[in-house]
Amino acid sequence: MSGAVWETVIGLEVHVQLLTRTKMFCACSTTYGDPPNTNVCPVCLGLPGALPVPNAEAVRLAVRAAFALGCTVNERSVFARKNYFYPDLPKGYQISQYDEPLATGGSLEIVSPERGVLTVGITRLHLEEDAGKSFHDRFPGLTAVDLNRSGVPLIEIVSEPDLRSPAEARAYLTALKQVLRWLGVSDCNMEEGSLRVDANLSVRRPGAPLGTRTEVKNMNSFSGVERALTFERGRQIALVEGGGAVEQRTMTFDAAKGEVRPMRSKEESHDYRYFPEPDLPPLVLRPAWLANEQLSLPELPAARRLRFEQQYGLSTVEASVVAATAAVADHYEALVVLLGDGAGKEAWNWEANDVLTHSEDGEAIPPRLTPARIAEVVALVRGNTVSRQAAKKILAEMVAGDEGASAIAQRLGLVQVQDAGAIEQWVREVIEASPAEVARYRGGETKLLGFFTGQVMKRSKGKADPKAVNVALTSALKGLRA
Amino acid sequence: MTDASAAARATAARVKACEDRGLHAFYEWSEEAMLAQVAHAHGDGPLAGQGVAIKANIADAHHATSCGSRILEGWRSPFEATAVRRLRQAGAFIAGKTVCDEFAMGSSTEHSAFGPARNPFDRERVPGGSSGGSAVAVAAGAVDFALGSETGGSVRQPAAFCGVVGIKPTYGRVSRYGLVAFGSSLDQIGMFGRDVRSAALLLSAVSGRDERDATTLDRVPLPEPGPAPTSLKGTVIGRPREYFPDGLHPGVRAACDRALARLRDLGAEVRDVSLPHTRYAIPTYYIIAPAEASSNLARYDGVRYGARQDAPDVRALFRQTRGHGFGAEVRRRILLGTYVLSAGYYDAYYRSAQRARARIAKDFADVFASGVHALFTPTTPTPAFRFGENTADPLAMYLADIFTATANLALIPALSLPIGRDGGLPIGGQLLGPHEGEQTMIRVAQALEAATEATAEVR
Repeated sequence: MSGAVWETVIGLEVHVQLLTRTKMFCACSTTYGDPPNTNVCPVCLGLPGALPVPNAEAVRLAVRAAFALGCTVNERSVFARKNYFYPDLPKGYQISQYDEPLATGGSLEIVSPERGVLTVGITRLHLEEDAGKSFHDRFPGLTAVDLNRSGVPLIEIVSEPDLRSPAEARAYLTALKQVLRWLGVSDCNMEEGSLRVDANLSVRRPGAPLGTRTEVKNMNSFSGVERALTFERGRQIALVEGGGAVEQRTMTFDAAKGEVRPMRSKEESHDYRYFPEPDLPPLVLRPAWLANEQLSLPELPAARRLRFEQQYGLSTVEASVVAATAAVADHYEALVVLLGDGAGKEAWNWEANDVLTHSEDGEAIPPRLTPARIAEVVALVRGNTVSRQAAKKILAEMVAGDEGASAIAQRLGLVQVQDAGAIEQWVREVIEASPAEVARYRGGETKLLGFFTGQVMKRSKGKADPKAVNVALTSALKGLRA
Repeated sequence: MTDASAAARATAARVKACEDRGLHAFYEWSEEAMLAQVAHAHGDGPLAGQGVAIKANIADAHHATSCGSRILEGWRSPFEATAVRRLRQAGAFIAGKTVCDEFAMGSSTEHSAFGPARNPFDRERVPGGSSGGSAVAVAAGAVDFALGSETGGSVRQPAAFCGVVGIKPTYGRVSRYGLVAFGSSLDQIGMFGRDVRSAALLLSAVSGRDERDATTLDRVPLPEPGPAPTSLKGTVIGRPREYFPDGLHPGVRAACDRALARLRDLGAEVRDVSLPHTRYAIPTYYIIAPAEASSNLARYDGVRYGARQDAPDVRALFRQTRGHGFGAEVRRRILLGTYVLSAGYYDAYYRSAQRARARIAKDFADVFASGVHALFTPTTPTPAFRFGENTADPLAMYLADIFTATANLALIPALSLPIGRDGGLPIGGQLLGPHEGEQTMIRVAQALEAATEATAEVR
């Protein structure tokens, strides 16, 4: 079988848009979706005489990403021009970094569906500017160009060819996205183009030297990456098994047809004529500043997940749920603090079953569900004022309004009856109304306690505290038997 | 009529007189544009009421910034150069845009797409280039101040040919924002004046850090020039032997010898020095400048602005727009630059040129570190040549920059001032200073100028 005798080798080049307010080399806004060609100026339009000035915040975010990926950040890096002609590239070159990038030699821990936890090497991370966007389908026979994106800051993250399957490639992207979002470096929104992936894939017999690779572009989602690479792997294996040879070239993924095919030759194999960007001096970062950026990095997802397991007694899966994003993890930990020592698991139950269930995407927590307000609800449950079921109703109300937990409980009539006299009255009524069941209970059918409890709760219209009911019932039935 | 509008009208009359002589210093000028500017000009400032002519590759709000090229014919920049803004803040107005070689590539203005300027000393001769129009404007008295630009001597060489003073500041002294790029690592706005003081005053007005140009030096503007020193006692002037080759034009050599004698008379020590890598300057320059130009000029593709030749597909549009829009010399340099940056040739050409550039710069640094305050050389190997004399042979034209391109490669300041005549044609002498050493260089130039004028040799 092919899968057993062929090894797939994949390396990814990921372009990520940095979450800056302004562009890489000018003060224009980076807002997505504004009317075409409104966020532009002489610099990002490439007008004659305009010059680039680097965005310090973009540099800072790139440095943080590099540190988070364990890279060595170079104190001196050099911007370079990548030259090619294209209608949406206003200067005829893109300012990037080439042989002296911002950072090199890092790694990212991922969970491979086939091989478990493994470390993927990061070759390099560099800064660059984006090109504009061409639209070939808006006006018949014409190409429209929007330069709002021209000059938007990007980092390119190049992995080592350490991935061995399309599913692993996807796992790498998931882990990378989590880290970058965690740091606030990027929103990694593939639909808006703020994360783009090019993949290099080759196949070989295990232990053999690397095969000839192809580069696959135009994959628009993580699942698309997996589908495209699965197709390309199959194509290459079929080719080689049929006695053919893989040709090194650039391929494009057609998501509609689910297939990968060669790009037209004029769209590939540029000689980019890289040379150092003479309009920008080398980017020199002071060691003290770099050290400060490194020290001020937040605890990263993998580390936090591990700490949650150890500190709060969570399983790996449980910890992953509440360490999905920095915001969820912060929310969870704040709740733990409010619920007190040893409440890690209890807080997890609330976070996973009562808070994240109100999140539309499993990440964004409704703003009204603050840890403090959730703690109010927990206190009501702990004091037997409301039931666990009633707590869910209260939380649902809290998402929509600012009313306090107790007030909601009162308004919805969810407060449990604790009054011993009332409960004993209902217990007496139930025992009198159920002589047959009492006889069977006395005959040893103690599981009928549940039946009696249900009857009492019914008489109380669900308001009796089930625990108090149980105590009263047990003692009343025991009295009868004696 | 206000003083300011009187100044504008007077300048317009002088420009008209210059152009009426058939010198063609200007692509575009008008009294209306001058009056419009002085209507809201600053009343004071060191250049109050002064009309400044600027080269057609420096952006301003009142004239086209054509760069002497068909591809930017009529291009009006929506923003102005930092140097222009600073001129306005100093009280000046822009008198007009001057003739230059296309995209500043040339040494005679013969590569202007709209006709050359003419040398006021002999209209059959070139004014030098590429900033020839600015040199002519000052030499012919149209204005007292003009800006040009240098990539490899494009201010000093025409200053020498036209008998005026030209300054090329330290790289980064003056913002390049709004100067249309040719060779970005070499480009620097330069100044023309009738005398050293005028050119230095202009330099002080436009100098200083600009947050829009990341390559500017983090320095406050240079001070205005002081009075000419009467003695150069204690000053060491280097005479680099590589700049006085055996074949040097005899009139140029004689004028330089007299200038060196005057420097000695002023009390300076003249010391023979060597800059051994000088011979690599022209090949180095003609790799680096075209390489950068090939990239800088990629933006003129007909898509967004400038001339466009419509074509069935976008590749053809690029080819035809650029093929028609650029002149022969610009196309030659784009091809040369594209070649030296190509995969497989980069190391042999561009990387080697960068190494040679570093050696050339080190030659200067070593000489200045040895106690030399400034260097004296001829600005050009010959006086102004005739139209057509070098157009058939690009190499001969390139050699007109042989003594000037080194300062651009080494990023150091340099200045050309008139030091005599030969057959009625002006001869320029060049002073070069260490990095950021404009002030000493200017003081030496002022002293030499005063001593030269005392002999009435340049009048």
